[in-house]
Parts: sequence; C-alpha cells; structure tokens
Amino acid sequence: MFEYAPAPESRSVVDIRPSYGLFIGGRFVDPTDGGSFKSINPASEEVLAEVAEAGAQDVDRAVRAAREAYEKVWGPMPGRDRAKYLFRIARIIQERSRELAVLESLDNGKPIKESRDVDLPLVAAHFFYYAGWADKLAYAGFGQRPTSQHSGTDPRPLGVAAQVIPWNFPLLMLAWKIAPALAAGNTVVLKPAETTPLSALLFAEICQQADLPAGVVNIVTGAGETGRTLVEHPGVDKVAFTGSTEVGRAIARAVAGTRKKLTLELGGKAANIVFDDAPIDQAVEGIVNGIFFNQGHVCCAGSRLLVQESVADRVLESLKRRMAQLRVGDPLDKNTDIGAINSAAQLARIRELSEAGAAEGAERWSPPCQLPERGFWFAPTIFTGVTQAHRIAREEIFGPVLSVLTFRTPAEAVEKANNTPYGLSAGIWTDKGSRILWMADRLRAGVVWANTFNKFDPTSPFGGYKESGYGREGGRHGLEGYLNV
Amino acid sequence: MTATTTSARSDLSELGRSETALRTFLHGLPGVDQVGAEQRAAQLGTRSIKTTAKAQAIDLAIRMVDLTTLEGADTPGKVRALAAKALRPDPADPSCPHVGAVCVYPTMVPHVAEVLRGSGVHLASVATAFPSGQAPLEVKLADTRAAVEAGADEIDMVINRGAFLAGRYKEVYDEIVATKEASGDAHLKVILETGELATYDNVRRASWLAMLAGGDFIKTSTGKVPVAATPPVTLVMLEAVRDFRAATGRQVGVKPAGGIRTTKDAIKYLVMINETVGADWLDPDWFRFGASSLLNDLLMQRTKLTTGVYSGPDYFTLD
Repeated sequence: MFEYAPAPESRSVVDIRPSYGLFIGGRFVDPTDGGSFKSINPASEEVLAEVAEAGAQDVDRAVRAAREAYEKVWGPMPGRDRAKYLFRIARIIQERSRELAVLESLDNGKPIKESRDVDLPLVAAHFFYYAGWADKLAYAGFGQRPTSQHSGTDPRPLGVAAQVIPWNFPLLMLAWKIAPALAAGNTVVLKPAETTPLSALLFAEICQQADLPAGVVNIVTGAGETGRTLVEHPGVDKVAFTGSTEVGRAIARAVAGTRKKLTLELGGKAANIVFDDAPIDQAVEGIVNGIFFNQGHVCCAGSRLLVQESVADRVLESLKRRMAQLRVGDPLDKNTDIGAINSAAQLARIRELSEAGAAEGAERWSPPCQLPERGFWFAPTIFTGVTQAHRIAREEIFGPVLSVLTFRTPAEAVEKANNTPYGLSAGIWTDKGSRILWMADRLRAGVVWANTFNKFDPTSPFGGYKESGYGREGGRHGLEGYLNV
Repeated sequence: MTATTTSARSDLSELGRSETALRTFLHGLPGVDQVGAEQRAAQLGTRSIKTTAKAQAIDLAIRMVDLTTLEGADTPGKVRALAAKALRPDPADPSCPHVGAVCVYPTMVPHVAEVLRGSGVHLASVATAFPSGQAPLEVKLADTRAAVEAGADEIDMVINRGAFLAGRYKEVYDEIVATKEASGDAHLKVILETGELATYDNVRRASWLAMLAGGDFIKTSTGKVPVAATPPVTLVMLEAVRDFRAATGRQVGVKPAGGIRTTKDAIKYLVMINETVGADWLDPDWFRFGASSLLNDLLMQRTKLTTGVYSGPDYFTLD
C-alpha cells in the first residue's frame, strides 16, 4: 500500500492574538456593553482566541461610524477612487492568502486544500471583480439617475448596509457581501458567525493596511442577539443575510414595513440528477464534490442524488469505491479531503437527522474511516432507498450526508427535484445537450449546473427560488441589492 | 453500460467477430466529460507526498521505468551503456533498485539481451512499423517475430490509428490479435498513440479495443508525436483497466510514455494509480513509465532524501 505521510501546512504563518475587540471606525475597540466569547478550533476543541461580543450600544456605535463614513467620505467619493481601495484590498488578500487560508481552516475546520485552492482565490476574485464595477455603475443595466442637465449620474448607493454571514465560508461570504456593497458606495457593518469570527477580524486588519477610510467597514462580533440588534437598528438602510431559512424568516419579519432593502440567501436541498447516458466517472466526482465539499456545509450542496434507475447500481458502486478514497482528518494536512464539522451543535443536528434517516428505513453506508478522538467529526455517509417522504430527503442536513433517490423518466426527475420548499441549486448529468436545456427550463432553482457542480465565479449571479431566499449575489445582478434603483 | 453485468462476461470474447458488435459495444461505453476528467487529474496532482511516502514512491517509480532509447542514431555501444545503467542506476548506492525494462528498436535487441541476461530486467522492443504503424500487416508481424527471436520478452506495438479513426475497429482488433499471436510468450503492450486519437472518448474506446483483443498492457504514446502522455489520458486508461477487470476478471497494465521527466510528475501518476485503481496496480508488473530523462531526476531526488543535499548532474551517469 501507498500510505501518504502527514503533510501539515505550517500554522506559524498566522499570528492569532489572544483576544480581539470590535472593529469600529477603523480601530479595534473594547465593547461597552457586551461581554466576550471564545472561538475554538473544531478539529481539536482548542481555544483559538477570545472575541468581544457586541451589545446594543456597540452595534449603535458601529452603525453611527458607518453612517458618518457614508455621508462624509465614501458616499461622495468618485467611483474610480473607491475602486482603488478595492483593488488594493484584493491584492493584499492575494499576498496574505496563505495566512488567511490557514486561519480559515483553523477556525472553521475546512481542509486546507479547499481554503487554499477554492475559498481564497474566490475571495480575491470577488474584490477584483467588484472593484472593476465601482466606476462603471451607470453601465450596470439599472440606468442612470436623471439630473437637471442632459447627462445623468451614477445610480446612488443605499447608505449603511447591515450584513450577517454564516460560518460555512466565513471569508468568502464576507467578500460576497462587502465587495459589491463598497463598490456601489455603501458602508457596512458586518457580523461574522460566532463560531468563525477570526478571518473577518484579520480582514479588518487588511482594511487598516489598505488605508481604507475609517468607518467604511465595521465588524461587530457576537451571536444571534448581536445580529438581531444589528438588522433591527433604525439607522440601517439595507440588510443582507446568508444563513438558515428559519433566521431569514425572522429577519424578513423584522424589516417588514421599514425602508430597509433586504436580500436573503438561505437554505437548500439541491437535487443532483444523473441520467443513464451521463459520463459516469465524472458524474461520481461531481456527486462527491456536490455533497462532501466543505463537509457538506454548503447551502447549495447536492444533498439529494436523483439517479436514473437503469444505472443506479453502477453509479452507487462507483460512488462507494470513490468514497473509500476520501481522507478525513486534520484540516491542516494538505492531503485531507474532509475536515471537521464546524461545531458541536451542528454535529448534533447531523447526527439527529442521520439517525432519523436510519429509523425511517433508509439504508445507511459509510466507508471504513478512523475519526480523530477530539474535535467534531462525521464520516461521509450515504443513504440509499430514500423516498420523498423521508425527513432526510426534505430537511437540510448541512453535513456530509447524501440521500439517494431514483427516477425513471426526465419528467419524473424534474418533478422530484422541484418537490421541495427550497430552490437554490440543481445539477444535471447527461451527454445530451438538448436534455440539459429542457431540464434547466423546468428546474425551479437559482443555479443549475450541467455536468459539473459547486462551481462559483464572481461574474455569475447566485441566489434562490422559494424558501432559498431572494435577491442575487455576484455578477452585475449582485449590484442591484446595493443600489437605489 | 453492459460491460460490467455478469451476463456480458461471456459475450465479450465474441465481440471481435463482427464489426457491428464491436462498434455497438465501444460506442455504448459511458462518455468521458473532458472538463471533469481534466479537473480530476489536476486534483490528484495536488496531493502532497513527503518524507517516508516520497522515499517509497521514488524507489517504486525507479522499478517502473522502461528506460528507453528510440533514435535513428542508436548504436550497439549506446544501447549497451543504457542496459548497464538499467541494471545499476546508481553505481554509488547498491540499495538502489534496478529499472523495470529497457526499451529499444528490434535491431538493438541482441546487444541489450547480452547485458541483461539473467538480471530480472525485462527487455522491451518496439515493433509493428513503429512509430507510424503504416506498413502491411505481414511486415508488422515479421517485425514482431524478429524482435521476439532476438530476445525481447516485451513487445510494444502501435495500433493502426488510420483504421481506428476511420471507424474500422475490426481491422484494428484483428491486427492486435495477430500481433499477440506473433509475440508468443512475450508480453504485448499496445500503444494507442493518444495524441492522435484526440478525444478522451476515443482513448476509452481504443483502450477497451486493445484489451478485448488480448493486449497485456495499454500504453499512451510512441513519444514521436507532439502530445504524449498526460495525466487525464492516463486517468481515462486507468479507469478502463479497472472496469475491464471488473467485467472480465483479467488485469491489464498501463504505461504512460513520453513527456514524464520529473520525480514530481512520476509521483502524481503513482497517486493517480493509488486512488483510481488501487494497490493492485502499484507494481512494475502492472504499471510502467516510458521515459529516459526521468530516471536521473528520480536518482537525484533519491540521493537528496538520503543525504539531505542536492548533488549536481555530474554525479549521475549519462544514459
């Protein structure tokens, strides 16, 4: 046998401070009415740092700082000058990408090969992409703002954006939120998730390094209560949230009847549909990437495999063989494919739903794999014999658990794929181009991938149908949520 | 695909009897998505192989080298020197294993045979009007028989790409069957010349065709056309030998040839074997590298691992 020796990425490239304050008005400050909490490494349960928890007064300070920066500096600044700052931030992210990648893996539990090869390149790409839009907003397709003269001016920003992001892609979700907001001329108060605040705090240092004017980016750390205070703050003009559908509903209720503009990117239960003429070996890679990428902590994960009955046995046999090659373990090892589950709470939820799957009669399978003793771990798992009536076919598990269902005809595949309250993404695997188009027309999902899965690009809009949320992030479309149009 | 169902097991040997049956079978194989195959190969290339795993991989790679010279300028003196190197790649270190085989033109076989006799290093000869294969069948078979008589125990034949691309699969099949017969006890490696087949779908079909016709190894390239072995092509071929064994129970070897020059590249191929077909193929009997300059880079990295320092090129022998 060919055993790979450990190949750990060095954690000495990143300097984690013992404690962090809140980033308000360009400086790290102590909370006035909040406490603190600890952020741990989910792979070892070791405490990484103590982080301030923002109270209502702190959130208010942050919103005021953002308002002042919006009115005095960032709002009036010409787009070409805002672009310079964004380009500068993008370049610093590239220069410090190794440091950011290691920190992200430490705090989140995701394998270093993903933070290094997927997250960080996309983070930089988002800043580069939206930097390019900052001085071209009049050409983004939303028209110009009419003036008394003959020529119009750029569409106007909204003001202060309150942004609440999840723990699955801490820095990437920050980039999705901050880059378009700043390019359009808004200032932001961002709350990272309580289990993964550290890369956002390092980003705050990058804002300082880039000489970004004080108050343009403010970062308030804390849990649900901090987030609630932020989105309900009357001084906020825009709320952007990525996270669970349950919290998304509460936010929608809270901002209803206010002037605040809202975009929500919520849960999903995507169907990955494999037809009998699919390129099987690549489809299997796509299934693996669809559900085991980032431990399945992906809102657009292909968590329901719909496979045509005539090739189901063959696909499952290949899938199991491939899953046996997945390497679960130390996120900092460069050969790790599946890292740690982000938190004890999430692990409990994955366990609960998996047990429900087994109890409801689905057949559970995992490859033999040794999980570390400390930390939060869950072996890659598939359930076969799943039906639409099973909980594991309906509820978002947000973990490395795949539910396998079968279908007989393209029409049945569409029907089953759409039979969910969610509608974030879908995948189609077939050699027949016409069938891809036929399916894509009928699938009610914001993103439809053909013969690939989990592909992201800053130029491509991303967002959901139905209970997966509304508004689009990425691309030209992503500017709309941050412009007064 | 019908190939993996048990009922098809017995039918596979009948396929070569009819052009229609062969075509139906080969075109019924699942397609290869180019983007996906290239992405998977690139992904396998990011594995980080260090310390003990690297040392193990380097020794295995040395044992898998088919040390090759296929030049118009080859002489008895040149090929004897190559054969001597094959036996003792690193004269300074007796613990260094010998290579898998020496690969030469048929006229050079007797000179190499003298040196290799009894050593355990195999002697491969290209044949069948290598590299183009554009000669009458009788000439190709005579070429093969001559190489075997002169002492080759492995024959590297080329398929008739013209016939393959024209869709005359049975003609290609029959030539392989005839060459296999002419090779006698010698192992038959079938060169697909994937650079001329152009698509991965063709690579998969040609792989199956060669295996169905009785090839013991499938090999990517002659090294004489601009595009030689690539990781995705080798990946598709590995998937083919894996599926072929599942369908027939017979194991076939794989040999990427041409363009593999560094230890890093060689290790990427070993990782690919490990994660695609498994440990059964991690053996010189089932995987070879067709290469010449690769060996010295392997030796250089091997010395670096044992001594901790890099030595200059003058410390490693010329081929």
